[in-house]
Parts: sequence; structure tokens; C-alpha cells
Amino acid sequence: MDKEKLLYLKRTASQLRKLIIKMISSAKSGHPGGSLSLADIVSYLFFHEMNFNTENYKDDKRDRFILSKGHAAPVLYAALSLKGFFPQEDLSGLRSVDSQLQGHPHRLDTPGVEASTGSLGQGLSMASGIALGNRISGIDSNIFAVIGDGESQEGQIWEAALTAGFRKLDKLCLFLDYNNQQIDGNVSDIKDIAPISDKWRSFKWNVIEISGHDFEEIDNAVSRFKNETERPTIIIAKTIKGKGVSFMENNLKFHGSAPNEEETEIALKELDNE
Amino acid sequence: MSKKSLRGEYGKTLLKLGKNNKNIVVMDADLAKSTKTNSFGDEFPSRFIDMGLSEQDMISTAAGISLTGKTVFASSFCVFLVGRVYDQIRQSVCYNNSNVKLVATHSGLGVGEDGATHQALEDIALLRPLPNIRIIVPADSIETSQVIEYVSSESGPFYIRLTRNDLIDVHDENYKFIPGKASVLKDGEDITIFAIGAMVEKAMVASKLLENISVNAAVVNLSSIKPLDNETVLHYAKKTKNIITIEDHSVFGGLGGVVSEFLSQNFPVKMKIMGVNNSFGRSGTADALYKYFKLDPENIVVEAKKLLEI
Repeated sequence: MDKEKLLYLKRTASQLRKLIIKMISSAKSGHPGGSLSLADIVSYLFFHEMNFNTENYKDDKRDRFILSKGHAAPVLYAALSLKGFFPQEDLSGLRSVDSQLQGHPHRLDTPGVEASTGSLGQGLSMASGIALGNRISGIDSNIFAVIGDGESQEGQIWEAALTAGFRKLDKLCLFLDYNNQQIDGNVSDIKDIAPISDKWRSFKWNVIEISGHDFEEIDNAVSRFKNETERPTIIIAKTIKGKGVSFMENNLKFHGSAPNEEETEIALKELDNE
Repeated sequence: MSKKSLRGEYGKTLLKLGKNNKNIVVMDADLAKSTKTNSFGDEFPSRFIDMGLSEQDMISTAAGISLTGKTVFASSFCVFLVGRVYDQIRQSVCYNNSNVKLVATHSGLGVGEDGATHQALEDIALLRPLPNIRIIVPADSIETSQVIEYVSSESGPFYIRLTRNDLIDVHDENYKFIPGKASVLKDGEDITIFAIGAMVEKAMVASKLLENISVNAAVVNLSSIKPLDNETVLHYAKKTKNIITIEDHSVFGGLGGVVSEFLSQNFPVKMKIMGVNNSFGRSGTADALYKYFKLDPENIVVEAKKLLEI
């Protein structure tokens, strides 16, 4: 990846983070931690990798993105607004009654949202359904999906893992946002999912481990996914919950609560100085 | 009169539709031989997906496939297709307004010898409140094939509740299923029996028994549970003032529920809701179970006499 591109993606990620902070702050509720941890991956996918834009988003051959961990809706909304699916000022309406931006993504309300998600564990099945449907139609576009680590405790994830591995859904690229925090504490304390790579490998997936905040590593992993022709790919991305805002990083308080006015100001300043 | 298989008709209709409509995809969860989706699978293997014993994954995957423009039929027994998968139906299918047709082939006491674990008696009550889904309970093979054909051409989620056992055709070959409309099988003046599924033929027998005691009963097949044919229900409430509903389902939230919710707010009349009352099913043949739970023509007569005070 050239330097210019790298800089552009970093800046876009920072912009996404600022929009996340602003919209959750004005909504006074939402999930900043898990939205911030995904910002780099979403920046890479929406602003570099995916064939997905306002022109082609109804085209059968578009690439698709399914946010199975629907509570990270703010990062998706931020990306969609930057892509021009709706005006940026709409973001301040997040979670309010007359807004098209629901607390969790809703396909029928928000342009650019591919599937309604939020009840954890279902998005991966929907993503593999899209891969199956495309295969029947002879379409070879890529399907990207994101699950959380807490979400990996849902049984349906493993039903879907078995389906996609068994059916060799090679157009499916799943990111695991592995920040090791869920509402009640550390994933490793509540119900540890380790050794996670071994599990996915045994389900016949192409498993790649990276840092979810390193664009070179994300780029490299996605290239390996695109070269894979036999198996679905999971990119196990080690991330930091709340990444980019010092007092939110690894701070469980910001899994599901909004920053107050003062915290918002500090967070935006920090992101400006990045 | 000979009895015919509803699920057999489902399988045949899928096969027929699959030939012309390449957009149809069929899914099953290791029960294809019982649900009769197997013949579609044999003919169109690339459009048939046996998900194995993973009903939750099946339903969300069905929603995903439909997002690529396909019409997806997903089948299993009612108990596994609805109760076990409720949240997936709610979120992946209904909230997404996915083009997914849930077809349950084994419902209620009709499942028979397998017993309570396999006899869903609450599926209609579970699904009725969900936005976007429409619910149809065909009463015979003739109606089944028309309903399957209809839902294949109509976008959005549907739940079709069939029954394991062969049933007498209550409609003749000229019958034309009209979406959202009830089918009046017999007109009457004194009392109306609203029935669904396997109970429709029992209601017909009961109406003959009632004739013997000079009671002229109307029999209406309310196959369209959602949307309900309000007009026909209101017409018969006004005409006969006495109503019995009968279903192979709990008395809570099913056919009796939908009729009484509507009439209590529009034209309250005396009603008896016949179904399974706050109980699980049990093992036995379907006919023995219908007798055990008092869902047979003789008990319809008993309830009619009570309502009419004769």
C-alpha cells in the first residue's frame, strides 16, 4: 500500500471516529467502544476495498457488508454518510424518533444498510446466505461481515461457521473484532472463546490473525482472502475497544454509554491531534 | 372420500414451480423426506440446500439468500421451524421483510405418536403479532397447491401451516383460493363453525350431525389467519349470532384468538373456542388425540348445543 493511500485511510478512520463520538454524544446513548474498535477496518473496506457506492448499491454484483455486531451501527452510519448515502447532518438524529438511523441497523430505514442486525449471532448466517444466493446466480462478488468476540458465544455463529466451511463459501470474508470486552466484563473472564483460531480452522476456514488497527496487515489479510478459492476466510483482528480516545480505550464504561459534553470535547480534541 | 397428503402436494407444487421459476430456492433441516422438499432437491440440486440440524442458521441464511433476489422456501416440522427459531424469524425474516416462505408440514396434535416434544400448539400465537408476516393454514390438498403457488409469486414473509396427516378434500377442483378471503363451505342460519386445517373436515361432519337435530350450521374455512377476512367473519357473526372456532392449536392466541379479538371490538357474540386448553399434547394416533382433546365432530355438537341452549 502506498504512503498516500495509507495516510488517506488513516485520516478517514479518524474522521469516522469523530463522527462516531459526535453522533453518540448527541444521541446521549449508544455503543462507542465497539464502534471505535472497528473504525480502521471499516475505513479500509468502505474507502479502499469494496465495490460498493451510491451508484451501484442496488446492483446484484456489488460487494456487500453485513454488520453482524449491529450495536456498532455508528461506525457503519458514519461510513455511509461519508460515502454520500445520506447527508452528514442526519447523523445527529441517531436514535431519535424521527430519524432514519435506528439504534441498530435497519435495512428498510437506512440507504446502504444491507441487512437488519442487532440481535447477535444472525448476521453471519445472513452473510453466508448472500454468498449462497450469489453462487446460485453465478455472481462472484465479495461478502464482508463483522462479528464481535462476545457475539462468538452465540450458538448460531457456530452453526453458520459449519455451514460456510462445509460449503466452501470462498467469497465470504468475516472479521472478528477481538477486543476482549463484553458488557459484563472481559470475554476471557465471562466465557473465554480462546483458542479462537483453532476453532475456526477446525471448522474448515482460512484463518488469518492481524492487528485490526494496522492497515498494512488488514491489506495483506484481505489480499490473502481474495486469493483463497477453497475456504471462507476469517480475519481475527485484535483490536482495542474505544481505540483512538485515551480514556475510552479498554474502558468497559464506554461499551454502551455515551460520553458527556466534557468527555466529548476532550475526545474530539484527541482525535484532531492524531 | 379418499384422503390426500397436503405435504405431498407441497412437494409436487414446488417441483412444478421450480421448473419455470429459477429464482426459487428450497431449504430444509434434515427432514426433506418428511416435508417432501426432497423431490425438488433431486430435480434442482443447485437450488436446494439441506442445512442439516441447524434451524436457526437455516432461517437467517434463508433471509440472506432472499436478499440476493431469490424466493426462498424453508421447511421443517412446525415445532422446529417456529418455536426454536422465533428470534431469527422476528429479526432476520420479518424485520428485514425478507422474501422467505416458512412452510411447516407437521403441526399440532396431528403429528401423532412422536408426542408433545414434536407437537407445536403455539406457533400461530407466536407468529401473529410479528409485522410483515402473513399466515395461511390450508385445509386440504387443493388449497395447499394454490396457496404455495400464490406465495411463490407474492413478495414478503409467509407462514404456511400444513399437517402431517392426509385429509379429505373439502374443496372441489373448481375452488379458487383468494388471498385474504375465507372459504365458505356451507351456509347456515343458526350457528357458524370457523375452522382451520385438519379441523375443517371435522366441522363439515359436525354440520351434518347438527342437521339431524335441526340446527343449520354454517362452516367457514378461515385459512387466511393473517390477514383475517373481517368481512366474512362479521357477516356470519351478524347472521348466526353464535360462533364456534376449532383448531389443532392452543386456545390461546390462535384462530379463536383472532376471531374473538376482532368480534369483541366490532360485534360481540356468544363464542366457544375449541382447541387444546393449556396443555401439552401426548403420544397417540392423530384421531385418538383429537378425541382425547375433544376436537371431534361429536364434541362440536356438544358445544353447539350448549351455545344454542338446546
